[in-house]
Amino acid sequence: MQVTGSRFTVETALAGNDLTTFPDFPAEIRAPAGTTYGVSAFQIQFGAGDIMTPGDAVDVLVAMNPAALKVDLKDLRLGGSILVDTGAFSERNLTKAGFPANPLEDGSLAPYQVLTFDITRLTTEAVKAFGLSTREAHRCRNMWALGLMLWMYGRDRQVTIDWLRRKFADRPELAQANVAALNAGHAFGETAEMSEQLVGYTVPSAPAPPGRYRTVSGTEALAWGLIAGMRGAGLEKMIFAGYPITPASLLLHTLANLKAHGVITFQAEDEIAAIGAAIGAAYAGALGVTSSSGPGMALKTEMLGLAIATELPIVVVDSQRAGPSTGMPTKAEQSDLFQAVHGRNADAPLAVIAAATAVDCFDVAIEAVRIATTYMTPVIVLSDAYLAHAAEPWRLPDAAALPRFPVRFRTDPAGFHPLLRDPATLARAWAVPGTPGLEHRIGGLEKDYDTGHISYDPDNHARMTRARAAKIAGIANDIPPQRVALGDDDGAVAVVGWGSTYGAIHRAVREARADGLDVSHIHLRYLNPFPRNLGELLQRFGRILVPELNTGQLVHLLRAAYLVPAEGLSKVAGKPFKVAEIVDAIESVHRSKPR
Amino acid sequence: MTVTTITDAELVPKDYASDQEVRWCPGCGDYAILKAVQKALAELGAPRERTVFVSGIGCAARFPYYLSTYGFHTIHGRAPAIATGIKLANPELDVWVVTGDGDGLSIGGNHMLHVLRRNVDLQIILFNNEIYGLTKGQYSPTSRRGTRSPSTPQGSVEYPVSACAFALGAGARFVARAVDTQQPDVVALLKRAHAHRGASFVEVFQNCVVFNDGVFDHFTAKDVAPDTQLHVEHGKPLVFGPSEERGLRLTPGTLALEVVPVGDAGVPLHDILVHDETNRALAQLLVALEPPAFPVALGVLYCNPATSYERELYAQARAAGFGREPADLGALLGREGTWTVER
Ligand SMILES: Cc1ncc(C[n+]2csc(CCOP(=O)(O)OP(=O)(O)O)c2C)c(N)n1
Ligand code: SF4
Ligand SMILES: [Mg+2]
Repeated sequence: MQVTGSRFTVETALAGNDLTTFPDFPAEIRAPAGTTYGVSAFQIQFGAGDIMTPGDAVDVLVAMNPAALKVDLKDLRLGGSILVDTGAFSERNLTKAGFPANPLEDGSLAPYQVLTFDITRLTTEAVKAFGLSTREAHRCRNMWALGLMLWMYGRDRQVTIDWLRRKFADRPELAQANVAALNAGHAFGETAEMSEQLVGYTVPSAPAPPGRYRTVSGTEALAWGLIAGMRGAGLEKMIFAGYPITPASLLLHTLANLKAHGVITFQAEDEIAAIGAAIGAAYAGALGVTSSSGPGMALKTEMLGLAIATELPIVVVDSQRAGPSTGMPTKAEQSDLFQAVHGRNADAPLAVIAAATAVDCFDVAIEAVRIATTYMTPVIVLSDAYLAHAAEPWRLPDAAALPRFPVRFRTDPAGFHPLLRDPATLARAWAVPGTPGLEHRIGGLEKDYDTGHISYDPDNHARMTRARAAKIAGIANDIPPQRVALGDDDGAVAVVGWGSTYGAIHRAVREARADGLDVSHIHLRYLNPFPRNLGELLQRFGRILVPELNTGQLVHLLRAAYLVPAEGLSKVAGKPFKVAEIVDAIESVHRSKPR
Repeated sequence: MTVTTITDAELVPKDYASDQEVRWCPGCGDYAILKAVQKALAELGAPRERTVFVSGIGCAARFPYYLSTYGFHTIHGRAPAIATGIKLANPELDVWVVTGDGDGLSIGGNHMLHVLRRNVDLQIILFNNEIYGLTKGQYSPTSRRGTRSPSTPQGSVEYPVSACAFALGAGARFVARAVDTQQPDVVALLKRAHAHRGASFVEVFQNCVVFNDGVFDHFTAKDVAPDTQLHVEHGKPLVFGPSEERGLRLTPGTLALEVVPVGDAGVPLHDILVHDETNRALAQLLVALEPPAFPVALGVLYCNPATSYERELYAQARAAGFGREPADLGALLGREGTWTVER
């Protein structure tokens, strides 16, 4: 289903629509087919307008079996269309999905437009010529359904056909069968066999600024952004080390195929070794990057302390997922914010930034590399399970105009010690093994501010602790002031968000403003340190509403930093916000008296 | 401040000493190993700027501070991971790992397993004192059963791990063993380890005078050493004793070694096993030998090189285009599925 969804996404993007997707799938690799917990869903919203979320309620639901209907029907708007494969609505599958009676027959679907096709049979017929096993033939059902959907929305099929031929290059009969199923679904829509109820839709292209576009997922944008960042820093190579964990593994897979761009990938034995290798790489003068998700981030904690103590530049990408512990591995949450900002022993500050959209991942990755190498510090990039998969159209940047911030390795032995600081950034000298005359020792033991040697001196420790804090705090002088994403820069209500809730909040604020409410959207990229003007900006609003996919972490940090009466809107369902949920909250804040 | 003057003159052992005061307990075996390492580096003519010592945490792990090369004192057990990253970033560097029995086989056992299995080109020296020195004397994973320590007042009931057996089991392709006080042997083994491309593992029995003094005396004390140490050499018969009057052979009909008298009164020399350092099965038998029934095997127990991890990785990367003309980022981004919006 995920493959079907992403093919539809590509064709839709090529048709010039704006879009946002929401792949939602179980943690089990081959979850038992037909069970409700094994349902794999792919949601896409597209249209001519500015699409920012995968949509609250869907217009069309394609249910390939009863379990999918059972799980996803609640997301269908009243009056929406349901396409089902009757061939999959067997007694057995109905029981497995927990339907006491066949919903196609008991009238329970009356509020919707139900379109039934025996996709199983139609597919089997379409692929008969290729001598597949029954199982393989059944697997082509998704392509049949995709063919029908592509017809329905007037999409081209060629890119998908090419892709199928590439994918099954060594099994030509599978390629042919899948193409045949795709074509059959499409033809079904177009020819007489088509049910009368089914009308083709056309969605005009979204008005977009001129330029060259492609679709990009958050993971791809991150990967390319890291490469762009490495180049911006003038570094020769990136050592990317990771240990497989959903949903972070995608970044490892993506970068493993980008070696031509100066990337060496290393699958380590665990997350500790992965960040260790990134730190070793940074020490040796490369861009060191590691990536994980909550449980793996927990394992990296001690190494982050080492990177802070030795002041080495690494980038750590955290694709957040629902927790605690193993939690819900494929579901998004924003609940690692505390862990990123504060989750280490002792006073151990580092920089934390978050990506707002799939496209934003590109810029955020570059910015992470810039901050890491400029300030000789680890930087945590917060992404999440939703952003990792979500795709949207992206106007390609001009590669020549990307930011440049070349690093300067120390080469001069005169007066050198490893803790020599740049007076402006407080970054220590980056002196790389292989450089004659700069041989030195670093490590996790506290070091003397003036010589870099081991020191247990009490005043020195206080001084070093302050220096580490001042260095990170100083980053605030080197990032753009916080702007308002939508609305006025003062007023009744500010909705303050961070990370992947951007689209839902933006949409909600737009709707509320259209209804005449005085509300603005502020979205934070920089979570540690905060932009310098943030406190002052927040003071200009009567009420501050902070929607988060956690139980209130940013709201806590804002209150602590600025003593503002920020109010949280929390959702921890493993799903993104619906626009309506935020609109409701804005309205109720407007109605209620300030606390 | 350490400003090193670069000269072309030959380096002597003291050129590899840093200006830091060495802070091990007086009489600690670590001093002897430090001297041996400095001597080996001098004999190798190792360029200081290209030499990196990486360590974990423990008494042994203080090592890098006392050398004038590059050094990274990391965190407990994780030095192999950081060393791997260094080697991946710059395969030209000569990277050494210094670890202890707790650091390398307890908290860092997993990393040790994988760095050996992957065959990253590193020299790994494990200082085995059969105790946690830095944390004041608790038993370690190499401590023998019955070891009394602050955390095992009635004696440890655990079975110890053998460092070299672990290394072999992990797939190490160079495994050697020495005693801290036998400096010429340590120097020779370090030089062999250095010459070996791939992960080389050297266990040094190291006396902790404070918490485990004399724990190796039963085979290191001068009076017993000739009878309890077997110094193996590739291609030479496995003989020991003050006048090499004893040797090892396979007990006929079994896969077990036995000690036999050699010569006129005993077994002819040609029936004694000859050391073959490329034979893993033999190495496995040798590492398991223990007094009192057997001597302790010392020297290069196993050496069977294969292409190292980072070389293979770079070969693959280069085949995929790494390191050629920098690939065009614009081309990557616009590689497939683009469309153009006109004005
Ligand atoms: C994460 C962590 N846990 C525990 C310690 C405490 N610790 C420091 S050294 C050490 C044991 C060292 O033993 P070994 O590796 O044998 O080195 P030795 O001191 O004997 O040379 C321990 C437990 C630590 N530094 N870090
Ligand atoms: S405690 Fe033992 S190992 Fe540590 S320095 Fe002292 S003698 Fe050496
Ligand atoms: Mg020890």
